[in-house]
Amino acid sequence: MTKKLMKGSEAIGEAAVQAGCHLFFGYPITPQNEIPEYMSMRLPQVGGTFVQAESEVAASNMLYGAAGSGERVMTSSSSPGVSLMAEAISYLAGAELPVVIVNIMRAGPGLGGILPSQNDYLQSTKGMAHGDFRLLVLAPWSVQEAADLVQDAFDLADYYRNPVLILGDGLIGQMMEPVEFAEGREPIKELPPKDWAATGNDGSKPRSVINSLFLDPEELERHNYHLKEKYDRMERDEVRFETSGLDADYDLLVVAYGTVARVCSTAIEELADRGVKVGMVRPVSLFPYPYRAVREAARKAKAVLVVELSMGQMIEDVRLAIEGSKPLHFLNRTGGMLVSPDEVVDKIQAISEGSSQEVVHA
Amino acid sequence: MPETVFSKPQALRDVTTHYCPGCTHGTIHRLIAEVLDELGVRERTVGVAPVGCSVLAYNYFETDFHEASHGRAPAVATGIKRARPDLVVFAYQGDGDLASIGTAEIVHCANRGEKVTVVFVNNAIYGMTGGQMAPTTMPGQVATTCPLGRDVDLSGHPIRVSEMLSTLRTPAFVARTSVHTPLLSVNTKEMLRQAFTYQVEGRCFSLVEILSTCPTNWGIPPAEATEWLEKNMLPYYPLGVFKTPESGSRESMPLER
Repeated sequence: MTKKLMKGSEAIGEAAVQAGCHLFFGYPITPQNEIPEYMSMRLPQVGGTFVQAESEVAASNMLYGAAGSGERVMTSSSSPGVSLMAEAISYLAGAELPVVIVNIMRAGPGLGGILPSQNDYLQSTKGMAHGDFRLLVLAPWSVQEAADLVQDAFDLADYYRNPVLILGDGLIGQMMEPVEFAEGREPIKELPPKDWAATGNDGSKPRSVINSLFLDPEELERHNYHLKEKYDRMERDEVRFETSGLDADYDLLVVAYGTVARVCSTAIEELADRGVKVGMVRPVSLFPYPYRAVREAARKAKAVLVVELSMGQMIEDVRLAIEGSKPLHFLNRTGGMLVSPDEVVDKIQAISEGSSQEVVHA
Repeated sequence: MPETVFSKPQALRDVTTHYCPGCTHGTIHRLIAEVLDELGVRERTVGVAPVGCSVLAYNYFETDFHEASHGRAPAVATGIKRARPDLVVFAYQGDGDLASIGTAEIVHCANRGEKVTVVFVNNAIYGMTGGQMAPTTMPGQVATTCPLGRDVDLSGHPIRVSEMLSTLRTPAFVARTSVHTPLLSVNTKEMLRQAFTYQVEGRCFSLVEILSTCPTNWGIPPAEATEWLEKNMLPYYPLGVFKTPESGSRESMPLER
């Protein structure tokens, strides 16, 4: 199939359609409006349904009803809107419903701004909402990868019966790149029939109740252990990351995800021309986090640099990975400001010259 | 062989409910179940349970169910119906769930004209949480969060949901009824039959508001609760059909260029 030049938001929408998602519920919020706009145009063409909900709260609960009916369904939003969906996401995880949620992050807190950010990392990977649950979180760094991850996300959601979050920054939604959709794509997992869906009961199977209420504490405890077993399997089988420059010797390891990793890539290439050797680990799955890959890559390095569009969120996972074994440095911009390749180059030079201050935690 | 003239509806499960003495949820459950049986739709019906006293409704109906979060049953019902238009979908909600935390969801579900049926049980109080003031609590009525009685200067007047929804232009069936007498229960069943029939025929959104007693949280015996409903709720919440699909329109008004 030929490559097509597409905006990230549109590629995300088309990828969902290609994955068999015929239902989309959403509410407008900048900077991701092109996703619902695309779906409102595209879904009727394939006999699907687009509903502009009255709020993100309602959209996420429409998702619950549609997913509980056994259909592939998606919503998209940006940071404040995802906060409004958080309650429903807890219910979706508790009731084990497969859905795909796209968060094109904008800068916060509060109403914040509308420019790119990575400041929802902790929300996405640790504390989306009340209760013990996890989302599978995938972070693309290109439009092509966004399209691929969205299609994988539907398979993973169905396989684990769990919400999957695509975490992008504003750049992923807005930039245009060539993208290709493979024809005759096969699911990446063997998917069992959705016999648990609530689609009417004629007595041929047990009654289906889509539910996260367990008033008996022993039953709820068993349910939580059952969910944990799923999250453990995700941690075992779904870790995704990419590396560069790890085969050769390197003095510094960079850890960055999403479009920030592309900025770092440019900087690393520039430094290579000057003879400065830098390796990089780019986490693609943020939950499960590639702790082992970061830990092993850090062994060869003299220091580790984390680059993020936040005040320091993923750096907590890098700390867990390297457990104080190497000096840790941090470069960031926030509020919608971007890190430039020059800033990364300068920071890496400062680290090698000893003029960069280490991140020290009490 | 003797002929069976009365039995439990197939759509009602043979279990004991958790409802208090004098509560009318049980009566309302039975009327819904009878209607589902008589319309022959039980096997393709999916219910949506609320948060509130009827949170466990999914244990009482012999149909598939979704348990919604507080107030969101109309959004969940929308998701089910849009995903599977062949299913008969009903949401069962109380007054705190529908008329307070879920106000946006019920208004927009009705305004979109989702072809679902909402059974709205209005007993003028929060039951499950222990008798707090509801948006439907009567002026002067004592509740645990208005110990001196509802003060309309501070809390406004009780919300009349059926009247409010009937102002929407989108076609709908909206009726208010009660089950505090046998005759009214018969009428309630008829209203439910009409509401579900409109959905089965793919006509419109339908909502039946049913006035209910809560002796436990009103703090009076069941018989007195019935009298209290008659004296205090009926004058403010008149029974009747507020809207039929014929009184609405799906035609758009032409835009000026």
